[in-house]
Amino acid sequence: MTIFLILLIVALLGVSVWQLSKIYKFTLGGDSDTSEIANDKDNQTQGKLMLAFVIFLYGLMAYCFISYNSYFLPETASEHGKGYDMLMKISVVLIMFVQICTQFLLHFFAYKYRGKKDQKALFFADSHTLELIWTGIPIITLAGLIIYGLYTWVDIMHIDEEEDAMVVELYAYQFAWRARYAGADNELGKANVRFIEGVNTLGVDESDNYGQDDIITNELHLPVNKKVIFKLRSQDVLHSAYMPFFRAQMNVVPGMITEFAYTPIKTTEEMRQTDFMLEKVETINNVRRENSQKLIAKGEEALEPYEFDYYLLCNKICGASHYNMQMKIVVESEEDFNNWLAEQKTFRQVVSK
Amino acid sequence: MSADHGHHKDTFITKYIFSEDHHMISKQYLITGLLMGIIGIGMSLLFRMQLAWPEQSFQVFEVLLGKWAPEGVMDPNVYLALVTIHGTIMVFFVLTAGLSGTFSNLLIPLQIGARDMASGFMNMVSYWLFFLSSIIMVFSLFIEAGPAAAGWTIYPPLSALPQAMPGSGLGMTLWLVAMAIFIASSLLGSLNYVVTVINLRTKGMSMTRLPLTIWAFFVTAVIGVISFPVLLSAALLLIMDRSFGTSFYLSDIFIQGEVLHNQGGSPVLFEHLFWFLGHPEVYIVLLPALGITSEIIATNARKPIFGYRAMVGSIIAIAFLSTIVWGHHMFVSGMNPFLGSVFTFTTLLIAIPSAVKSFNYITTLWKGNLQFNPGMLFSIGLVSTFITGGLTGIILGDSTLDINVHDTYFVVAHFHLVMGISALYGLFAGVYHWFPKMYGKMMNKNLGYVHFWVTAVGAYGVFFPMHFVGMAGLPRRYYTYTNFPYFDDLADTQVLITVFALITAAAQLVFLYNFIYSIFYGKKAEQNPWKSNTLEWTTPVEHIHGNWPAELPTVQRWAYDYSKTKENGEYVIEGQDYTPQTTPVQEGEEELTH
Repeated sequence: MTIFLILLIVALLGVSVWQLSKIYKFTLGGDSDTSEIANDKDNQTQGKLMLAFVIFLYGLMAYCFISYNSYFLPETASEHGKGYDMLMKISVVLIMFVQICTQFLLHFFAYKYRGKKDQKALFFADSHTLELIWTGIPIITLAGLIIYGLYTWVDIMHIDEEEDAMVVELYAYQFAWRARYAGADNELGKANVRFIEGVNTLGVDESDNYGQDDIITNELHLPVNKKVIFKLRSQDVLHSAYMPFFRAQMNVVPGMITEFAYTPIKTTEEMRQTDFMLEKVETINNVRRENSQKLIAKGEEALEPYEFDYYLLCNKICGASHYNMQMKIVVESEEDFNNWLAEQKTFRQVVSK
Repeated sequence: MSADHGHHKDTFITKYIFSEDHHMISKQYLITGLLMGIIGIGMSLLFRMQLAWPEQSFQVFEVLLGKWAPEGVMDPNVYLALVTIHGTIMVFFVLTAGLSGTFSNLLIPLQIGARDMASGFMNMVSYWLFFLSSIIMVFSLFIEAGPAAAGWTIYPPLSALPQAMPGSGLGMTLWLVAMAIFIASSLLGSLNYVVTVINLRTKGMSMTRLPLTIWAFFVTAVIGVISFPVLLSAALLLIMDRSFGTSFYLSDIFIQGEVLHNQGGSPVLFEHLFWFLGHPEVYIVLLPALGITSEIIATNARKPIFGYRAMVGSIIAIAFLSTIVWGHHMFVSGMNPFLGSVFTFTTLLIAIPSAVKSFNYITTLWKGNLQFNPGMLFSIGLVSTFITGGLTGIILGDSTLDINVHDTYFVVAHFHLVMGISALYGLFAGVYHWFPKMYGKMMNKNLGYVHFWVTAVGAYGVFFPMHFVGMAGLPRRYYTYTNFPYFDDLADTQVLITVFALITAAAQLVFLYNFIYSIFYGKKAEQNPWKSNTLEWTTPVEHIHGNWPAELPTVQRWAYDYSKTKENGEYVIEGQDYTPQTTPVQEGEEELTH
């Protein structure tokens, strides 16, 4: 029924537009121009609208930057993220500067040179100087950005295996994540999907000694200020381990092991206490309270208040529940981390049961 | 070819259906493209509604999606299918075939002074293959398990294994078959365009006198010929992995309680092959739109396009660079980080010719006498969205910055502005501008103005806020974001975006109405309504097979002598501010060397 009504409304709208255009034609009277080619009056109106449009565009940009300011991610929680954030800031400022200037010129010229009957256009086909200027400026600016970007890139992507770093495997399957810690020997046991059987859900090779002390968990705990090297392994399809608060992302590819490394620098607790996060969580909880009231009115359960936690989410389409493939990340002091790890079962304990 | 070319008797079938006439084929492409566009845009409205009001019941879902929306709530698999088919249809069927197919076919013979395409038969086959592939793609929407749903990039193993998702069964097979036929169609078309431009230019039409539209179509066809076959091979290997047990893309997989025998393949190989087409594809979509814009802006500014040679140079530079930047889609794919550095370098280089083009457009407006016909508005709109969308490419093309915005809504916002909306504007600009040439009628300008302004406001309303949603780290292709309370405060913005999307889509109905109404009841067009220099406006208003009734025109000058004056300050042809390409050099006129 609703669909029928919608169709009816659309049809009626169509008819009314048609009628309006007819009425419009009549009101123009006999002497008006019906050639469907822009005349001076059109040029006047459209030219002014161009100017109005650039004002709208500035307004929209200003609105977005002000009212969506809290959408930007909080200060980075990883060491390399500082370089990342700086590069991002520089790029955004630069882009917005160019955006504001060029959009102004485009729409202002459109307004200023709107057609008039006796206006003559300037025959201006070429200028080497101008071309040189606007080829040269982008070249110089981009050279700067490329060099800065690549410098940061190499810094982030270079993984030194010799360093005193903790090795953790992130294991992805439809639709969840597991973490595998290397244990006391800091060496992951061999693994392959062909070893998957019963409780050995990650396919760790039981005959490999390095694997005996491996620890498999549902949550990712990390000690603060210690470098972690992630080894990523997928069981079935492509996934992507996306950890936005750490400015980290790497695809998880079946058939190969990919890597990413970073050093967390803020514990979960520290992040919760930042001004940004306090405000953000309050906003979110206001939204949740409103939604809860609606739910209660419908006789459903209220939403729980939100408390911030780092998370890892899947960012490569992987099937129906892709949207809910996540894992909690906890960054804590080394002491807390060691206590937590000690409580977890090793691989040997799991399989020998 | 003689002047009496095509004076054989046409039956209804040879004239309207299996036509070998470029003019008719162009209209066939346009209508098919528009129909596919209605489906593609309609789908985007459905999944935008799901994003704005997650998991709510809508009767429209129940009616349109049937059992895939039990009680009106959209199923996650259907969400992914809608996203996938929306992308496929819009990129390939609307913005490649619908845009390039329409205007290359219409304008190449008309603007270079040829009677038809080099091979009319191949041209006809090209269209009918496209039609067949559209039919198969649409047909795949109606099968039991639903259409392909692995994203328009169909990365294996998800697309290779029917166990991984329902859409990877028959739906994916049909997707691959449709695309293989589409590629064949596109190759036949492209070869034809290239051959026609090289061989059939009329007397005096040197390459340096070609209108920029033709340059754009020509270069687009060349990159199509280079890159589409690679997608075909990627698809063939995927078909083999799916059906014949090979392991090109598959290795070490355990799915649904079972280990697969495949070993040694890599999905990364597929990504390389896919993006070797996938990235040039962006320019296959965009370059024709830029060519159309160049022509329309110059005509309506009553000024020569600024920096013709730089414009040609940047088209060629963009085309060349576009074939060596595909890796920027794969910065976090697990490929060697050193490759990432190389691709960052080549990718950011593309910003240079793009900046040159933008500045040249702006300079063309400067001190012009701008005639705001609807085509002109859409062309200016294109420059605006091309700049906005292009600039965010500087963030995404930088391997470092890509790490944290990769596959988020930031990417969605970026490419919709720079290639989606820009190319659509190019399509609309072309339709408004060449409608008189296609149908001999004029479109209603006031409806055109309404269409433009609502679309312009709506498109920015949809995609500008979307960047910020992406900056928050919200991944694309998520059925709902409600499982992450951190995204709860995005809810209002999601609604805002969807409302803008619905309004913008409604504005397209105005266009459709105007288009159909004008075909039948539009005001009859004059021969050269926009006072343009190019050759297509020297043909009769009512199209005839062979284009020119008598001899082919001879070209005497480039296409952009608008408002050119002689030494005495008078226009080259007294009383008119344009000098058609067929006008010989006049006394007292300085000749430009281009």
